[in-house]
Amino acid sequence: MILISDNLYTYLILAVFLLIAGIYGLVQHKTFIGMLVSTELILNGAGINFMAFNRFLAPDPAIGQIITLFIMGIAAAEAAIVVSFIIAVFRKYHSIDPDDVMELKG
Amino acid sequence: MTFYQYIAEGLFFVFVLLIMAGSFITIRARILMHTVLGLAVALLGVAGIYFYLGSMFLTLMQILIYVGAVCIVLIFGIMVGSTPTEIAEKTIKDRKNIFLAVSAAAAAFFLLMISILKTEWIAAAAQVRDFSAEHLGESFLYQYCLAFELISVILLIAIVGAIILAREGRGQDDKNPWAAPTQGPAHVKELTSVTENKGDPLA
Repeated sequence: MILISDNLYTYLILAVFLLIAGIYGLVQHKTFIGMLVSTELILNGAGINFMAFNRFLAPDPAIGQIITLFIMGIAAAEAAIVVSFIIAVFRKYHSIDPDDVMELKG
Repeated sequence: MTFYQYIAEGLFFVFVLLIMAGSFITIRARILMHTVLGLAVALLGVAGIYFYLGSMFLTLMQILIYVGAVCIVLIFGIMVGSTPTEIAEKTIKDRKNIFLAVSAAAAAFFLLMISILKTEWIAAAAQVRDFSAEHLGESFLYQYCLAFELISVILLIAIVGAIILAREGRGQDDKNPWAAPTQGPAHVKELTSVTENKGDPLA
């Protein structure tokens, strides 16, 4: 009997689900923070993908874990940058709606 | 299949359910704080999935970094912005955007499902199967040292960039928050005058 939790396709489909949830949220949300949160979902889908290939296909299981840790570092850095950007934008425009931020001046 | 395997399978579905419920809350919630809380639930589910994929270390790191750090940063970002009830009305979208969102997600779903199901996944001939943190740490610091150093440099740049970005638009009075106060509270002065000579035993 094949265990569902021991099958590569389960994890790949789960990662696809996280990706499409992230894309849907990215288009549908109307705030900067909502879009950032959806990006985190997409990054987690990528992480699950790497870990699944690491578990079932890769010769050395350290590689996928290192890439996933790298993704976590990138996500943390990205969250810090985007939140400070949102604070700066909120201070200047008094809005968190991306549609309100329309000038691109220095 | 033994009894414990049934429990393990059940727990796996609990984690999958956590991911699905969390991401549904994340993409459909009307109040922004609920969005981030849904994200935290989904990330906890992903941590459980990492455990099933054999890495205890990544599970703990997922909880520590994502649920612990990133979600707190996001909540902080929400709290300095407008109030939750103010945002709630704004996140309801018109029909056109929902149609766009559904079509983008469906296109990505079908493209990826076709490529997943059509590809024949071939495992490596010889697999090490050593998921211990010891093996991970050794590879991280010897063979893949560049990734380790890159993460630290990226985090440093992110911290410096975040400080510069967030300090940009502040008023003239707040230019240097670390400058010595011109007139501190009375009790602070008193305290410093008392400990001035007694603080350092070598003086």
